[in-house]
Amino acid sequence: MAALLQTIDLKRYFGDTRAVDNVNLSIAEREFVSLVGPNGAGKTSLINVISALLRPDSGQIIFRGKDITRFSVTQRVKAGIARSFQLVNVFDDLSAFENVALVIFSREGKIAHLGALAHLDTDVITEADKVLDHFGLNAKRDAIARDLAQGERKLLDVALAYALKPKLLFLDEPTSGVSTRDKGQIMDTIASVVRGEGITAVIVEHDMDVVFKYSDRIVVMTQGAIMAQGTPDEIRMNEQVALVLLGTSGPDAFTRKD
Amino acid sequence: MPRARTGPSVPALLVVGIAMVVVLAVLPRLIVPYQTVLITYGLVFAIAALGFNLLLGYTGLLSFGHSAYFGAGAYAVAFLMRDLNVQSMELLIIGGVLGTLVIAALFGFVCVRYTRIFFGILTLALSQVLWSLAFKFFWVTGGTDGLRVDSAKLSLIGGFIDFKGAGAYQRFVYSYYYYVLALFIVATVSMWIIVHSPFGKALQAIRDNEVRAQFVGVRVRRYRWLAFMISGAFTGLAGILWVPLNGLTTPDILYWPFSGELVFMTVLGGFRTFTGPIVGAMAFNYLKTYAVASTEYWQLLLGVVLLFLVVVLPTGIVGTLARIATKLGIR
Repeated sequence: MAALLQTIDLKRYFGDTRAVDNVNLSIAEREFVSLVGPNGAGKTSLINVISALLRPDSGQIIFRGKDITRFSVTQRVKAGIARSFQLVNVFDDLSAFENVALVIFSREGKIAHLGALAHLDTDVITEADKVLDHFGLNAKRDAIARDLAQGERKLLDVALAYALKPKLLFLDEPTSGVSTRDKGQIMDTIASVVRGEGITAVIVEHDMDVVFKYSDRIVVMTQGAIMAQGTPDEIRMNEQVALVLLGTSGPDAFTRKD
Repeated sequence: MPRARTGPSVPALLVVGIAMVVVLAVLPRLIVPYQTVLITYGLVFAIAALGFNLLLGYTGLLSFGHSAYFGAGAYAVAFLMRDLNVQSMELLIIGGVLGTLVIAALFGFVCVRYTRIFFGILTLALSQVLWSLAFKFFWVTGGTDGLRVDSAKLSLIGGFIDFKGAGAYQRFVYSYYYYVLALFIVATVSMWIIVHSPFGKALQAIRDNEVRAQFVGVRVRRYRWLAFMISGAFTGLAGILWVPLNGLTTPDILYWPFSGELVFMTVLGGFRTFTGPIVGAMAFNYLKTYAVASTEYWQLLLGVVLLFLVVVLPTGIVGTLARIATKLGIR
C-alpha cells in the first residue's frame, strides 16, 4: 500500500526543546491513526508542521508523492489536507450553517464571487445541510456559533475540516473539554463519518479507551520522537508504552482500574 | 428542498428600502433648499461610511486613514476638471474612482500585511503622506487654498442637464440631490450584495478567526486587500460626489481628523449592522452642522456625544434600536 503521507527526518526545535525530532511517519490511505503520548510529547507540534501552521527546521513532507514542504497553508488545504483544532476554532459570529457553507464555497472555488448572494446557491445549501446532518447539528443550523454548547462547537470544528472533503484529516483532541458522556457520542459520529467516506484520519487523543476502540494503528510519541507504533493489540501489550503513558506497567496496565 | 437562510428576508428589506427611497424622493418638495443640501451631504457621507465599514464591521480592520480615499476622489475630480477640462460628471466619476483605486491598491498592499493597531497606524501615516503632498505642492494642488470645482461647469447624465444661466445654483442643488440619491441607492444595494456574497462571508470569517479562515482555504491577505480596495473605492466615490457640492477641495479632507469623523459616524450608527453607517453619517452630519452653528465649543459638544456613545450606547443607534425592538418582541 502506497503511503498517502510520509515525513522524512522532520525536525522542529523551540530553542533547546525538541518538539519534533527526526520524525519519519508514514500514513497509508484510509488508515485511522491515533497519535498518543504524554503532554509535551510533540503531537500537536507534529500536526502543526504537517499542516503548515509551523515551518519545519529541516526534513521533508511528501503527500501523494509530491514534496509539499514549502507549500503554504492554503496550498496544503487545496492539496487535500485539513485539520481541526484542540481549542475550538470556528467563526464565532456566523451561524453554524454559514460556517459550513463558507467552507464549501471555498472548496468549490466560489468564494471570490462578489455578486452571487450566499443564501441563493442551492447546491451549497443542500450540501451544507447534509454536513450539519452528518454531525447531528441540524437542530442548531441557524444558531450563532458562539452560542453553541462546547460539544457542539467541537463537532462544528470537525465539520469545517470535513466539509473540505480532504484526503487526509487531522483531528487534534476532538473530545477535549467535553463530558465523558458526550465523548463517546462525538467519537462515534466522527468515526462513522470518516470511515463512511474513506477519509484517512490522524487523531490526537488522550483517552486510551477511545484510542484502542477506533484506531487501525497507534503511534506513540515522547520528547518529539516516535517511540513505538503498532496495532491496538500490539500497543496494549507494550510495557514500555504503558510505563510512558500510565506510569505503571504490567500485562493489564491499560485495563486495570485503580 | 433546501431551506432558505434565515436572517435578512429580501421582500421585507425591499418594502422598507422602497419606502425610504420614496420619502427621500419627495422630501426636496417639502423643505427649503438649504435642507436639501444638508441631506445631500448626509447621503455623500453615508456612501463614505458604508465603504469604511466594509473594513471595520465586516473585515475587522480599523482604518484611521480613510480621508486619503475621500480626498483622492475629490482631488481627482479637481485635477480632471482643471487640467483636462472634463465637465461630464459621469466621466469625472469614472476617472475619480480609477484614481482612488490605484491609491487604495497601493496603500492597501502595504497595510493589509498588518492588523489591529499596526494596521490603523499605517493607514493613518499613509493618509498623512497624501495630506502633506496636497499641503506642500501648492503649485499643483493650490496648497491650503485648495482647488475650486465650479458646479456651473458641470453637466449630469451625459450632458443632458447643465447649470448655465439664471437660477443655476438652485437648479444644481435640486438636480444634484437626485443624482446623489440615485448613486447612493446603487452604492447601498451593491454593498448589501457584497456583504451577503460568498466573498462577504469570507471577510466575516477572516474577522472572526483569521487562522481558521486560512485553514479552510481562504487566502486571508488577498481578501483583505480586495476589501481594502472596494472600501477605498466607495469612500472615493463619496469624495467625488462631495466636491461639486462643496465647490472647493482643500487639504482638510485629507487630514486625519476627517478620518476620525468617518470612524465617529460609523460607530455612532453602529458598525455591527449594515444600516448603521448610513444612519450614523446622516445623524453626524446634522449633529455637526447644528453644533457648529450653535456654539463655538462645538468640538466639546461632539466629544461629549462620543463619550456618551462609547459608555452608554456601544452598539450605536441602529444596534440599540435593534435591541429594543427585539425586547419588545418586534421581528
